[in-house]
Amino acid sequence: MPSVRLVNVSKRFRNISAINNLDLEVKDGEYLCVLGPTGSGKTTLLKIIAGLVKPDKGEIYINNKLANNVPPQERNTAFVPQNYALFPHLSTLQNVAFGPTSKGIGTEEANRISMKMLEMTRLAGRADSQPNELSGGMQQRLALARGLASDANLLLLDEPLGALDARIRVELRYKIRDLVKERGFTAIHVTHDQEEAMIVGDRIAVLRQGQIQQVNVPPKIYNEPQSIFVASFVGGANFLEGFVVDRDHQGAWVQLRNRFIARVREIDFSPGEKVVLAVREEQTTMVKQVGEEQEINFFPGTVQSASFLGNSTAFEVLLKNGDMVHSRIPIGKQGKTFSENEGVYVRLHPESIITYPYPQGGLLTELEAI
Amino acid sequence: MPSVRLANITMKYRDIIAVENVSLAVEDKEYVCIIGPSGCGKTTLIKCVSGIIQPTNGEIIIDGKLVNDVPIQDRGVGYVFQDIALFPHMNVYENVSYGPFVKGWSPPRIRTLVEEMLNMMVLGDRARDRPNVLSGGAQQKTAIARALASGSLLLLLDEPLGSLDIRVRKLLRHEIRRMIKDLGLTAIHVTHDQEEAMAVADRIVVMKTGKIVEVGTPSQLYLQPKELFTANFVGETNFFEGHVAREGNEKTRVNADGSFLYSSEKAPSKDTKIVAAIRPEFVIMEHQHKAEPTWKGTIETVAFMGSMMRYEVKIENGKAIVVKTPFSSTSQELEVGTRVYLKFPPEFVLLYQYPQSGLEKEISVE
Repeated sequence: MPSVRLVNVSKRFRNISAINNLDLEVKDGEYLCVLGPTGSGKTTLLKIIAGLVKPDKGEIYINNKLANNVPPQERNTAFVPQNYALFPHLSTLQNVAFGPTSKGIGTEEANRISMKMLEMTRLAGRADSQPNELSGGMQQRLALARGLASDANLLLLDEPLGALDARIRVELRYKIRDLVKERGFTAIHVTHDQEEAMIVGDRIAVLRQGQIQQVNVPPKIYNEPQSIFVASFVGGANFLEGFVVDRDHQGAWVQLRNRFIARVREIDFSPGEKVVLAVREEQTTMVKQVGEEQEINFFPGTVQSASFLGNSTAFEVLLKNGDMVHSRIPIGKQGKTFSENEGVYVRLHPESIITYPYPQGGLLTELEAI
Repeated sequence: MPSVRLANITMKYRDIIAVENVSLAVEDKEYVCIIGPSGCGKTTLIKCVSGIIQPTNGEIIIDGKLVNDVPIQDRGVGYVFQDIALFPHMNVYENVSYGPFVKGWSPPRIRTLVEEMLNMMVLGDRARDRPNVLSGGAQQKTAIARALASGSLLLLLDEPLGSLDIRVRKLLRHEIRRMIKDLGLTAIHVTHDQEEAMAVADRIVVMKTGKIVEVGTPSQLYLQPKELFTANFVGETNFFEGHVAREGNEKTRVNADGSFLYSSEKAPSKDTKIVAAIRPEFVIMEHQHKAEPTWKGTIETVAFMGSMMRYEVKIENGKAIVVKTPFSSTSQELEVGTRVYLKFPPEFVLLYQYPQSGLEKEISVE
């Protein structure tokens, strides 16, 4: 069964560095999601593993065997490209059966395997249709069925849901994971959609400019992002600039813009150090009034906008110090609502604030990189 | 001031009917989103408003005037496409000032306007950059600034964020709405992303196979959808096929495959076949059995979605029910295999007439 290991892999296209000294390990049977913005090197990484792009340096191990010089068709991988690349002149069934047949499996057996894959992807009723008679979602499922039937047990998926409507994406992502797990495949799935990554991936590798920023299980990536970039790209957050004014053994005091003071749990910073505080939108709370005993980290401001997002409502609050804070409150769980221009207090819970050193290139550069 | 009224619009491409007898009124300064699956006719409809295509039938009235025979450039609309289409040889400033320049405005007047647009879109620093050095998000912001600088009070946005990364889409949609509201524009925005629609629109139009299914505010469509298709398209929903076991003055009792649930809605007469629906975040999931009516089940999948946890619970009768709960770092999350009890608060259980074509066909998004 296939595991994948990349050691110190680099790839340049003329003077652009697409992959930069990258190390990555994918375990046997694991579903790994590679998440990153456009241009971060996701597709190149996948093509290097598939053997479609040759790295300038570094080693690729598949199943603990060095695969650098193994041609793509012998790597036992199935690459499902962004545009599906279905055979337009073959029927749905023939598209799926192509892989098994070309491996020398008899037509009858190949069709049997293929029908099974079509049943799993709910396409059995369309076995005789041509690809151009299928909807986008069906074509996607067909591409997936073909990958699953190929008998390659390492599946490489390049933005497999990228061309689909938002609603179908949401439906198919559960399906895709179930299918891969049912077949016991190892899968590497590339996407720019962080919600998709969290749902399908056993682990997520966050990629930026050809380098891996962080690899971990979804809750760790989301709750303990190691950098401003990861916090911002995976889920988004409020970022507030400030500097440490004092600290004790339980935490520190950070002065924000216009002398607002915030309490944080972090103690790895010394007084005077410039920092950025990050707080997830849904980890803030809002109240209309505060009592005297609860004045820490309650910041006054005015609601600028309220937008209903279905299972939550998103508020933009302009704090009195000039910082803008986004707050997202789940519906159904709270009775109160807040309206535009209303005065409120936003609470940034000390335990949900993550503190980062102020980035060398400035905060905006880190956030704009997405 | 631009209001838009569409009366009985039909558009046929040979024997394919893309839009069928659609009527819609958009008020002055209103932000309306049109959503629906691929091929539902939403783009055809917005192209009829812009004048890019002529409808086979029906009237388009902008600002009280019939514009069917008015050419594109004279309809006073700004248009933003999915393909960004900036002039590659011009920098951001020149791209944005192109419209006013062609109209022969004086240089000082152009400068004031363009600078205002660039500041509003937070593009001031990029004024001298050519499109090819900008990120996708910055390019699309430039395209929007250019459409705004044309002076049109009616803005048509056709999947304006479609070519961007999801994270950038989420940031940009707030900026678009804020700007449209600050400038007091009327906007019609087409998207396949129902969350985007909810975030930006005053009202949402849901389309399916060339027709309008339902029109409502974001909260109406999410909390009280009148149609099954809307309930499924605008966010995830659990559906139960069943029949009315008891009509009541207060609660309707629904028999779904031998299990019962209750709805605050009034139902048709006893034994009528119906569909009951509840959003995953309104289902209450507990460890312990209480006296109230509950459904027993086992957690089959657990997915972490960031701010939410999503569970699939397999009920004893074989049905899978989706439950979502807000994630908090302090609470203990449940694992696969845990036995749980589900409750469906009657006020969140909606009832629908059983569709003639069957449930699956009715809610299909393909």
